[in-house]
Amino acid sequence: MSTIFGIPTPALYGQILIGLINGSFYAMLSLGLAVIFGLLRVINFAHGAQYMLGAFAAYLLLNWLGINYWLALVLAPLVVGAVAVVIERTMLSRLYGVDHLYGLLLTFGLALILEGAFRYWFGAAGQPYAAPSQLTGAVNLGFMFMPIYRGWVVIASLVVCIGTWLLIEKTRLGAYLRAATENATLVQAFGVNVPLLLTLTYGLGAALAALAGVLAAPIYQVSPLMGSNLIIIVFAVVVVGGMGSILGAIVTGYVLGVLEGLTKVFYPEASSIVIFVVMAIVLLVRPAGLFGREE
Amino acid sequence: MAVGTEYLAEQPKLRTSAIVLGAIAIAALLAAPFFFYPVLLMSILCFALFACAFNLLIGYVGLLSFGHAAFFGGAAYFTAHAAKVWGWEPLAAILLGVAGAAAMGLVMGFLAIRRQGIYFAMITLALSQMFAFICLQVPFTHGEDGIQGVPRGHLLGIIDLNQPLAMYYVTLAIFLFGFFAIWRIVHSPFGNILKAIRENERRAVSLGYRVDRYKLGAFVMSAALAGLAGGTKAIVFQFATLTDVQWQMSGEVILMTLLGGIGTLIGPIVGASLVIALQNYLAASDFPVTVLIGIIFVICVLLFRRGIVGEILEFTKRRSKGAA
Amino acid sequence: MSNAPLLEVRGLNAWYGESHVLHGVDLDIREGETVTLLGRNGAGKTTTLRAIMGILRHREGVIRLRGKDLLSLPLHKVAQAGIGYVPEERGIFASLSVSENLMLPPTVSDGGMSVEEIYTLFPNLHERRSSQGTKLSGGEQQMLAIARVLRTGAKIILLDEPTEGLAPVIVQRIGDVLVALKKRGMTILLVEQNFRFAKKVADRFYLMEDGRMVNSFPGHELDARMDELHEVLGV
Repeated sequence: MSTIFGIPTPALYGQILIGLINGSFYAMLSLGLAVIFGLLRVINFAHGAQYMLGAFAAYLLLNWLGINYWLALVLAPLVVGAVAVVIERTMLSRLYGVDHLYGLLLTFGLALILEGAFRYWFGAAGQPYAAPSQLTGAVNLGFMFMPIYRGWVVIASLVVCIGTWLLIEKTRLGAYLRAATENATLVQAFGVNVPLLLTLTYGLGAALAALAGVLAAPIYQVSPLMGSNLIIIVFAVVVVGGMGSILGAIVTGYVLGVLEGLTKVFYPEASSIVIFVVMAIVLLVRPAGLFGREE
Repeated sequence: MAVGTEYLAEQPKLRTSAIVLGAIAIAALLAAPFFFYPVLLMSILCFALFACAFNLLIGYVGLLSFGHAAFFGGAAYFTAHAAKVWGWEPLAAILLGVAGAAAMGLVMGFLAIRRQGIYFAMITLALSQMFAFICLQVPFTHGEDGIQGVPRGHLLGIIDLNQPLAMYYVTLAIFLFGFFAIWRIVHSPFGNILKAIRENERRAVSLGYRVDRYKLGAFVMSAALAGLAGGTKAIVFQFATLTDVQWQMSGEVILMTLLGGIGTLIGPIVGASLVIALQNYLAASDFPVTVLIGIIFVICVLLFRRGIVGEILEFTKRRSKGAA
Repeated sequence: MSNAPLLEVRGLNAWYGESHVLHGVDLDIREGETVTLLGRNGAGKTTTLRAIMGILRHREGVIRLRGKDLLSLPLHKVAQAGIGYVPEERGIFASLSVSENLMLPPTVSDGGMSVEEIYTLFPNLHERRSSQGTKLSGGEQQMLAIARVLRTGAKIILLDEPTEGLAPVIVQRIGDVLVALKKRGMTILLVEQNFRFAKKVADRFYLMEDGRMVNSFPGHELDARMDELHEVLGV
């Protein structure tokens, strides 16, 4: 059996794949956080809870209504996005005039409510969610066997990230969003309905989180706390990448995911903290983040 | 956080009414164990001190730390280990917790003050989560079990802390010491500079203050006092577990301070008392506590951002203005 | 109908926080007119434009466009009612290319210039259409800020000090553009310190001092009133 640095290559490739999967979720979630923060100046603590809601929506759609994975991939983000729109209209929008930290505290409170309620109803244990039959099994890549569903998650998340990037960089709506991030008042004075844009942006960010949640459901167990631990890692990813750049958030997500996977191979004890260590180093050498602009 | 409700802090000297009120409060605290469960009271005192320590940072420097559980829970581990494994005298064990929390505060603060506002909050949260992961893995914390059966021991080798009343009065003394330490810090020249930084950081820089050093100093003091609360809690409850280092605990101390009134001296005490009493009351029912905490968060942020004490102070200020 | 003002401002008061900055401003602009606000720094010219646009929210009084009340509208509806705004700081977006900046303001009615017409009027912008907006020179940014509102079909444009800090040859160029716009029947409310520039295009002048309108007179009287202007403007 071939080895690299004394590690059998299948184990190495396996961990890189797991890292790439985790990185897919880091990328999708930090992307949504960055989009929301750019325009609303709110750190959406509820992002993890919205990811969890997406996974639960898929689970409940299947178990209560018999709706399959593929439809859930569309429906769950719509449902969670709609909930987020209501949250933005009734609560977040009242905080735009005050210190940005209140937005963080409000969404923290919302995350506690959502996670507490789901824990109350479904218990802390995870619920299994089967991958769709079309995506079960594995393929032989020559150097390793790859479960098809995992390959699908990596590809789907890339498509989602690139699609979001194109939406922001290449469309009219994206131009409004970028301009409003710089100077919302002027964009509104030009006749763009900025309050609506804010609402849609929050809804879009939450829908992205929910989509990530549906993709995650067959890999991790569907559990009420699946989002809260993840979101803190994503915060670290966001600090490392800096929130100035959408592309930066995506790249940082994948790179840190793979780095975490590699750590699991070479020094497993440190794998759960390696991203935080990277964050500390980045803060020392480049406080604004790798792709960030000092504000 | 520009809340600006440090009315008590604006009084340079103690007014007579404040002294009278303080004396009544201390008398009430001395008598309290004869009317309420000492354990509940001690729990409130520990968390009230924790909230006051947290408030030192957010209320007077404007920095929202989302990682104060690391200092509270970290000190609890250090104290518990010293008292149980090394057989240290309880006060020495608590002091070790304080020193450990201060050292952690120095490292975390040094990293976190490199960014401001919302980033500061995220960085402190991430660093404390890292600490929680470390606590889960290193052997001395005993993982999911935590350190159980910590002996209360004899204070200075003399006073047996297994006596509930003795433990209560020691806890009260530690709380009062911490509270007055904070009061002194807030009213010192150092505290005035902190407030100047909170009001206008650029101006403080242009006046020649090395703002980062002041922020770091305040961060370390706040961490040390949070450690005092955590170490004391470990002795009182005789255990230290992961619960105290996790992010939910950081969230709880934010809630206590927000509910009572950020930037008021007694707000955190009021907030901590309410939250602990509420948790104690709900412990018997099966209503999910996190949901309620979340709801209180949302209500506070949307409806009364000054907190209970802050709103009362604002109300009386407005009324006296109207009367004048 | 042609005699009714296109934009009518009556007794406009406005506040920045606690400080009262506009005191009962009256202003009329008829269709096709170019009107210039003169006044020293701090007289309230920019504030008047910001209050009309609704960027400054704390206002009282009457602002009507073709008889339609603007005061009660949310900010984005004001532009949609048919006003184009060229702010003093120009407001070119750094994260948008020149052409994205140009296409940013939504169309508010028919009859705006086509992109081809705009690029004919401003050939520089066409050359640099894929550059980052803020990489343009000051003069080009000003052209872009003006070009941006011509596309939307706005019936009246509010122009805040378009010549500020620009070289004489660019000022000349902007003057030509304004004359061309006048010929097309555009209504313009111009804030300008440089009244030699304003003289070329203005049909009427308003004179502001301390947040109040102190005088108004037709454009051809400018020369005769130079002494009075020097006194008020302190030039």
